[in-house]
Amino acid sequence: MKKKILISGNEAMGEAAIRAGCKFYAGYPITPQNELTAYMASELPKRGGIFIQSESELAAINMVYGASASGVRAMTSSSSPGISLKQEGISYISGAQLPAVAINVMRAGPGLGNIWPAQSDYFQATKGGGHGDYHMIVLAPWSVQESYGLTRLAFELADRYRAMAMILSDGILGQMMEPLEFDDEEPMPALIAKPWALTGAQGREPNIVKSLSIRFGDVEKHNLVLQKNFSRIMAKEQRFEASYLEGARAVVVAYGSMARITQAAVVNLRRQGKRVGLFRPISLWPFPAKELARLSKKIKKFLVVEMSYGQMVEDVRLSVCPGARVGFYGRSGGGVPTQKQVEREMLKVLTNNKYA
Amino acid sequence: MPKNYKRPGSLYDTAAHYCPGCGHGILHRMVAQAIDELGVREKTIAIAPVGCAVVAYDYWQFDCAEAAHGRALAVATAIKRCQPDKLVFTYQGDGDLAAIGTAETIHAANRGENLSVIFVNNAVYGMTGGQMAPTTLLSQKTATTPLGRDVKLSGYPLKISEMLALLDGVYSVERVSVSNPKEAMNAQRAIKQAFENQLQGKGFSIVEVLSMCPTYWYKTPQESLKWVDEIMSKYFVLGKLK
Ligand code: SF4
Repeated sequence: MKKKILISGNEAMGEAAIRAGCKFYAGYPITPQNELTAYMASELPKRGGIFIQSESELAAINMVYGASASGVRAMTSSSSPGISLKQEGISYISGAQLPAVAINVMRAGPGLGNIWPAQSDYFQATKGGGHGDYHMIVLAPWSVQESYGLTRLAFELADRYRAMAMILSDGILGQMMEPLEFDDEEPMPALIAKPWALTGAQGREPNIVKSLSIRFGDVEKHNLVLQKNFSRIMAKEQRFEASYLEGARAVVVAYGSMARITQAAVVNLRRQGKRVGLFRPISLWPFPAKELARLSKKIKKFLVVEMSYGQMVEDVRLSVCPGARVGFYGRSGGGVPTQKQVEREMLKVLTNNKYA
Repeated sequence: MPKNYKRPGSLYDTAAHYCPGCGHGILHRMVAQAIDELGVREKTIAIAPVGCAVVAYDYWQFDCAEAAHGRALAVATAIKRCQPDKLVFTYQGDGDLAAIGTAETIHAANRGENLSVIFVNNAVYGMTGGQMAPTTLLSQKTATTPLGRDVKLSGYPLKISEMLALLDGVYSVERVSVSNPKEAMNAQRAIKQAFENQLQGKGFSIVEVLSMCPTYWYKTPQESLKWVDEIMSKYFVLGKLK
């Protein structure tokens, strides 16, 4: 049965996790994601799961490691400074090939920064904030509805690829309330066999969940296995949404809540007859490079708008074909580019011959 | 008295990589023996530490997780909560449990997690080359206390078991040693008891074992046994703390 409720982004991600079969959550208080932790505290135990308020972010992510090693769908959430603390655990989870989900409701940094929204953890999320060669699958919703849908998808992909998946939300999306529609009877993503899980060595050889190999050469071999998996993800899981491309002469690239603001700017400029389009990466890793490359064969002017001083723009520049020009506009530290500012920057790109 | 000189079934038939006179080999066997006696090998999940015993899973024949340095009790907490019917224990050294993992240790204990902890105190970081541990004795020479541990610079050896015994959430705390046959038999009993406590749902049990590291004590195996009996156990007093 279809259900429609009014809910915040933070709570929608909690609800989605529970409906996706998440049976373990550990978290530590930090603003602006506290509603999610509180939601899990009140809902998860009622619905057959385990909630733990951990003593630290380090403990939370390592509890997720333990739960996932048990074969259970597990999640943690935090906001930027807390996600920094989790990087060690994320590296170990990736090294041990454990499926797990983490949510980052981004706020301004560096350091303690403040609790205002930002998108300045893009590098950390997509390039590997912890040590070693690894990637997380990183999904960026732009609405409460999509926060729900992508959280569900994150569990599915984490299990499928035995990898860490992260939802990169932000303070706006987490706090904002919007209508959410979902199917009350939709079953959770099918459980898959986890023969590697630690469940007691009954009638089988012991299982070991680890990332260490002392013998020279073994870690290199292990890395090649991981890389093969990452290549598979890169080939199959690039997600994006492109709109207003009809006759477009310039395209703005933005994700998350920045894409929401940018869409309003694009709509307004289109109304004035300006030929601008919108390209919204939904998977930030793998970055939708293929589609952007294809697009840049025809369209040569790009503008990237971020709530950071230029992070995703590097991936856009790496993706487009030679001859395409990529401009950038960003504010951060809690500053959010306004619709007017985005329009102004788009017009600059449209009219600037340097971009022709 | 029944005698058992057989290799426990929970222990692989393989040579250990530990230095001559190291306490880890003895302790691995004791853990395996206790698990055999309780008949729980097929429902045991161990958490191996970071340190010399990181590859404990090469010796134990049951499921095992490796944890990041200090995080064993966070990992164990989740495994046990997800699978309350399993025997879940951590095997941790002094640096792991009482330095980098202090918060995880205290909070798992304080939550009263139904877990067993084998805490191997050998007063030094072995794996990394003999640096000062939180439990290094005063005036003990290590790679990072070349003139001996100085209380003014590094404080006192940490009595974390005494601290844990103060917590309401903790069921049992005991300090034992493997430095002579009498104490070793007592250690074997204490380890089995810690597992039994968990199987009976009694809560958090920790067994601190004073163990030898001849290599970084710069002593022979025989001298090391004597050092535990005559020096180390004077500061870390053996017995039931709770
Ligand atoms: S360095 Fe010490 S603790 Fe490590 S194996 Fe050798 S004797 Fe044992």
